[in-house]
Amino acid sequence: MELILDKNKCTGCGQCVEVCPFGAIELKDGLPVANDECRLCGVCVRKCPEGALALPEKAKKRDIQDARDVWVYAEQKGNDFTGVVYELLGKGRELAQTLGQRLVAVVIGHEVEKHAHKLINYGVDVAYVIDHPELKDFNEKKYAQVLIDLIKANQPNIFLAGATPRGRSLIPQVAAALETGLTADCTGLEIDPDTSLLLQTRPAYGGNIMATITCAHTRPQMATVRPHIFPRPEALSGHEGKIVKVEVEALPQGIEVLSFVQAEIEGPDLTEADVVIGVGRGIKGPENLKLIEKLACLLNAQIGGTRAVVDAGWLSHRYQIGQTGLTISPKLYIACGISGAVQHIVGIQSAKTIVAINKDPEAPIFEVADYGIVGDLFEVIPALIEEIKTRRGESS
Amino acid sequence: MLYPLIDEQEMIKEVARKIAEERIVPKRAELDEKEEFPWDILKEMAQADLFGIFIPEEYGGLGFGAFENCLAVEQIAWGCAGVATTYAASGLGAYPILLFGNEEQKKKYLPPIARGEKLAAFGLTEPDAGSDAGAIKTTAVKDGDYYILNGTKQWITNAGEAEIYTIIALTDKKKGPRGASAFIVEKGDPGFSFGKREKKMGIRASATGELIFEDCRIPKDRLLGREGMGFIIALKTLDYARPGVGALAVGLAQAALDEAIKYAKQRKQFGQAIINFQAVAHMLADMATQIEAARALTYTVCKYIDTKPKDFSKYAAMVKLFASDMAMKVTTDAVQILGGCGYMKDFPVEKMMRDAKILQIYEGTNQIQRNVIARELSKEYK
Amino acid sequence: MKYIVCLKQVPETDKVKINPETGTLIREGVKSIINPYDLYALEAALKAKDAYGGKIVVISMGPPQTEEALREAIAYGADEAILLSDRAFAGADTLATSYTLAQAIKKIGDYNIIFCGKQAIDGDTAQVGPELAYRLGLPYATYVHKFEIKDGSLIVERDLDDGTQVLKLNLPALVTIVKEIGEPRVPSIRGKMKAKKAKIPIWTAGEIEADEEKIGLNGSPTRVVNVFSPPARGKKEIFTGKPDECVKQLCERLGEVISI
Repeated sequence: MELILDKNKCTGCGQCVEVCPFGAIELKDGLPVANDECRLCGVCVRKCPEGALALPEKAKKRDIQDARDVWVYAEQKGNDFTGVVYELLGKGRELAQTLGQRLVAVVIGHEVEKHAHKLINYGVDVAYVIDHPELKDFNEKKYAQVLIDLIKANQPNIFLAGATPRGRSLIPQVAAALETGLTADCTGLEIDPDTSLLLQTRPAYGGNIMATITCAHTRPQMATVRPHIFPRPEALSGHEGKIVKVEVEALPQGIEVLSFVQAEIEGPDLTEADVVIGVGRGIKGPENLKLIEKLACLLNAQIGGTRAVVDAGWLSHRYQIGQTGLTISPKLYIACGISGAVQHIVGIQSAKTIVAINKDPEAPIFEVADYGIVGDLFEVIPALIEEIKTRRGESS
Repeated sequence: MLYPLIDEQEMIKEVARKIAEERIVPKRAELDEKEEFPWDILKEMAQADLFGIFIPEEYGGLGFGAFENCLAVEQIAWGCAGVATTYAASGLGAYPILLFGNEEQKKKYLPPIARGEKLAAFGLTEPDAGSDAGAIKTTAVKDGDYYILNGTKQWITNAGEAEIYTIIALTDKKKGPRGASAFIVEKGDPGFSFGKREKKMGIRASATGELIFEDCRIPKDRLLGREGMGFIIALKTLDYARPGVGALAVGLAQAALDEAIKYAKQRKQFGQAIINFQAVAHMLADMATQIEAARALTYTVCKYIDTKPKDFSKYAAMVKLFASDMAMKVTTDAVQILGGCGYMKDFPVEKMMRDAKILQIYEGTNQIQRNVIARELSKEYK
Repeated sequence: MKYIVCLKQVPETDKVKINPETGTLIREGVKSIINPYDLYALEAALKAKDAYGGKIVVISMGPPQTEEALREAIAYGADEAILLSDRAFAGADTLATSYTLAQAIKKIGDYNIIFCGKQAIDGDTAQVGPELAYRLGLPYATYVHKFEIKDGSLIVERDLDDGTQVLKLNLPALVTIVKEIGEPRVPSIRGKMKAKKAKIPIWTAGEIEADEEKIGLNGSPTRVVNVFSPPARGKKEIFTGKPDECVKQLCERLGEVISI
């Protein structure tokens, strides 16, 4: 399949060459030719001032007119929903209002009906409850089956789930079953005012690039959404919604949950913390974590680190921040002795404010920092601790 | 490229380099500090086929020669001379079997060595027989279908860790050196035990210790070659092993140079990188030149050995002598260039300098190498 | 036992940037590598082969140059490799990719475990594994760091954000692997020699009996409609000087962010 060019319309202006994100178009004899790098993304088609370019796509009109409503998968964690569910309800409500459609939530589990009421308070118009003893433990096959059946019966327009390990593992099956598009780990969602399509924006290539993705011809438009990106809404008072219990048919076998061992939570979750202090190789050794802990204590902060620090065994891998570790979005992130490798930056770029302390003024961490101090952290941090104490009137 | 390699040689070099970079370098300081034997790394090297390079394919090896082996030793030594010593010493223990073993012995002992499942070691040195190897006192007395060994070997690399030992012992004391024979002794043979484990200045990841034979009874088919061939076997083995020391020296020195250049480019004094100072730059130039000269000699001699010449003692001694003296100088200079940092354990060059010293001592001191060279010269100019 | 490893060749992601002037991806000089998580998947398959014997078949969908990655997989210890390459596969999103892989795996047939990496570092979607499992009707587990075959089932340990789940999967099954499975071994010399000589068959859409409506761009419901650089962030107010003066300035700014 190749890009289609109307040679009669093309003026050879070359704007398509300029705009191609993949550098896949060259002008040959004054006309654009796409090479193997072409992903048929359509950027050139939209750019072409003459309307000379077209995608070789066959019109695919499935029954998408009937698809309605914005659905949210209400993943549970213990006795509550995961944080991202609330964030999705907030965003989902906004999308639903823009489209003039309903906000729908789905709860799956055992003895979960009592939680469903909570969803109504966050603006859900319909909460489907799929309750069955066999759904007590998270089981991809069983959860997927009930979800697929429900979606097939209702044809949602949009389906959102948290990009949590469970969500990212479960939801792709639903997309495969419905032969529809799924965009992973989105950080932006909005409705295109012209087409009413869901514009799903997500990072790619390790966060070096952002891509906006649509799913024009199949429904639902599905996305998993990164936690801590959208704000958690306030509960609404007096919102009315209904709870619908869903009958469960025979469930598929093949996966049996033998056990689940809750991770030992040493202090609160880094991804939930308001203030995080990150440490890099610059702290020189695990013995110097004491100093960082003093600052953390003052700021009510959690401590994480770079891969180098974790690999050196100074911190547990549970606290690794970056591409192969956690993605955090605290109000304040303080990077201590971190040079700022791309792989680390990816994990912190959704922090509201980034402070960097490093003795190398050339360190790339300063490129993304809001505030930076060039200096030896073993001098800066004690000074910072003193300053904070002084401001609080605690200093001796 | 200065040394064009065929694909297979390039592969050997790449595999050894990858192990050095990814497995050895991150652990070498800890191995050195704790004097820890690097079993994990050796297993990875075994899995990567590094132990069988020079062992023929019919005995489970890759069927390459001394040159390919040196390419691997050089890269491993670039990572850590201690690990490289362990690796090369297993080869040293295998050479007597490869060169002088009969078919049964080769079939039994070479495949597990080639697969790296069992380490080998070579035992010649004794408390009173170092440079004067003819002064060994360990005896092997024939007793029916057995030999009974008595005596102590000292400073044996891989002692206690290896499974297969090639031991030189006297079968006929009266004949002196001509009364020596070579035997294969297995870990677990009755009367065979391990004595003191030495604490060393360098190559601390390698194991060096005593082998003790107290009425150690071994079947007579453990004899390598014939009775009385012990010293011929020992000398030939050392001829084969010495270029390996050369490769080890080149790899170690290259690592020191790499560190020195990296530091010199990044360290600023008087407002500029110290590599811009001629005093430092000229040292680096000399180091690089010496390394290249040693590498050229090592590669050339290894390739010569692979043509199966009758005698190459002189050249093997030259490689060992020249390359190890070079490594001592280059690593010392690397410490000098790193200055205070060079002397500290936070940087790897002080270890490299400690490691380099042994290269001038083991497998025949450099004084003995000069004797070998001079003796050969004297023969040539008869 | 037959193990199938799905592998993707990806650009070294930290080198891919957008040219700020033209807004296009800069790909020159960016090396192609095996997706690191797929190397963990391959290592898992090699561990399975060490423990239970059998054969490892590696498959990859991509342009002809993907063959390099497959040769590398053989050097690591895979027994066979198959390249799925056809102009018609181009432009595939995860749905079309999973269909294409499923068709190829059906053709290979007679497998016990399929190993995939947790995700690929270019797209980071983590979707192909579960989608593939669904298409093949297989039980599966994501984020697996440990596994064993016991009484004909696959027992896996996998990481969720709040703990570790132990699952029993009927065989055949699919698993996606995380780095805690253990560092990939170093390719062996014999493996490299074998890789050099290996014949790698190329399967086209026709050979895997693919429905042309389900592959490549045709089979991909999602479209990338825009790519752009992440918005520049950071006020970059950098303080140099005496530590106690720096921290005073810092604290004044931070007062707006948190209570100091």
